[in-house]
Amino acid sequence: MTAVLEVRRARYALPGRGKGEGGRVLVDDVSFSVRAGETLVLLGRSGSGKTTTLKLINRLLESTNGDILVAGRSTRGMEAHRLRRGIGYVIQDVGLFPHFTVEQNIGLVPRLEGWDAGRIADRARELLSLVGLDPARFAGRRPHELSGGQRQRVGVARALAADPPLLLLDEPFGALDPITRAELQREFRRLEERLGKAMVFVTHDVREGMLLGSRIGLMQDGHVVFLGTPAEFRESSHPECRAFLEAAA
Amino acid sequence: MDVLRFYGDNSREALGLLSQHVVLVLASTLVAVAIGVPLGILLARRPRWRRPVLGFANVCQTIPSLALFGFLIPLPFIGGVGARTAIVALVVYALLPIVRNTYTGIVGVDPAVREAGRGMGMTDRELLVMVELPLAAGVILSGIRVATVIGVGVATIAAAVGAGGLGVYIFRGVAVVNDTLILAGALPAALLALGADGLLGLVERRFVWR
Repeated sequence: MTAVLEVRRARYALPGRGKGEGGRVLVDDVSFSVRAGETLVLLGRSGSGKTTTLKLINRLLESTNGDILVAGRSTRGMEAHRLRRGIGYVIQDVGLFPHFTVEQNIGLVPRLEGWDAGRIADRARELLSLVGLDPARFAGRRPHELSGGQRQRVGVARALAADPPLLLLDEPFGALDPITRAELQREFRRLEERLGKAMVFVTHDVREGMLLGSRIGLMQDGHVVFLGTPAEFRESSHPECRAFLEAAA
Repeated sequence: MDVLRFYGDNSREALGLLSQHVVLVLASTLVAVAIGVPLGILLARRPRWRRPVLGFANVCQTIPSLALFGFLIPLPFIGGVGARTAIVALVVYALLPIVRNTYTGIVGVDPAVREAGRGMGMTDRELLVMVELPLAAGVILSGIRVATVIGVGVATIAAAVGAGGLGVYIFRGVAVVNDTLILAGALPAALLALGADGLLGLVERRFVWR
C-alpha cells in the first residue's frame, strides 16, 4: 500500500529581504510518510516548525526545497486550490464563516466542487451526526450560536465534507476548556478508527499526541529529531523526548 | 411658516430643484462606489499603495468645496458649467470614505476565516466574493452612508456652477438677504441627509454577523 502523504527532505526558508541574503530557515530536511488509517502527530514546542510543516503540505506556504507527494503525485505541479480541496484542513481558531449557517459551512467545498444542493444537504446532515451534533437542531444555526466545542465539531465536519483521503489538523483542540477538550479527543479517536484517513495532527500537548497518534514526529528547531510510535517515544533517550515526557509527568 | 407658503406658491420649481439634487447625489455616489470599492479591494491586496492613495484622497477631501467647483470649470471634458462638473466634484468628495471603508472592512476580516477559506481551496476570487465582501459589507455600507450624507451637503454648492439643486434657493436667498429663501433650500437638504442616513443605516444593520 502506498503512502497517502510523503514528505521528502522538505525545507522552508523565509523569503530574504535584501540582495543575496537568505531568510531564516524554519523547517529543514523534514521527511516522513503517512498511510491511510494512520495519524502522524507532529509534536514540538512553539516555533519548532510543526505548523510550518503542515502548511507546506497544503501549500499555504511553498517549500523552498524537497518534494511533497499526495497520493503519489508531487504537489508542486498542481494548482494550489485544487490540491487543497482534496485535503481536509482544521485549525485551532476554526475559522467558520460567520455569515454562513452550519450547513453552508460544512457544504463549502462540495459547493465549490459543484455538487447539487440536495447532495450537499444530505452530506452536511450525515457529517453533523458523525461529529455528534443533531442535524435537526444545528444545521440552520450560525457559528455565533455555538459553543467552542460545537464550533470545532463543525470545523472537523467541514474538513471531511468532500471525503478527502488526507486531513491536516493544527492544534484543533488547543483553544478548548480541559473537559470539552478531553471529550473531543475521545471522540476523535473513534473517528480515526472509523474513517481510516491519513492524518497529520499538530500539537504541543504530549498526552494528546500519545493518545491520538499512531506515530509521533518530534520537531525541534525545524528538524524532526524523533519519529516513532508512542511506545517508542516513551522509551526514547533523546533529550527533547525526555523533556516533553517529564513536563507531562 | 413662510417657507410652507413659499413652497405652495412655487411647488413646481421646488420639486424640480429637489429632484435635481437627488439625481446629483445618486449619480455621484454610484460613480464613487463603482470606482471606490474596486480601489479599496486593490489597496487591501497591495498594502504598499495604501498610504499614497488614501493620502491623495485625504488631500482631495480638504479642498474647500466651492474652490473645487471653481477649479473644475476651466477644465476640458470633466469641467465646464453644469451637472457634469458638479458630479465630478461630488465623486471626489465621496471617494475617500468609500475607499477607506472598503479597505478597512476587507482587512478587518478575521484572519482565521481567511486561512480556513484558503486552506479549503477557495481561489482569491471565491474568497473575495463569498467571504471577504459579504463580511466587509457592513463597513463598506457605512462608508457609502457617510459619502451620501456629505454628498447631500456639498451638492447645495453645485448651484454655483449652474448644476441646479436645492443650492439655487440658498444662493438666491443669500444674494437678496432673504431667510425664507435660504431655509427653502437648506431645510429639505437637511431632511434629505437625515433620510439617507437613516435608510442606509437600516440596510447596514442587516450585515452584522455576530
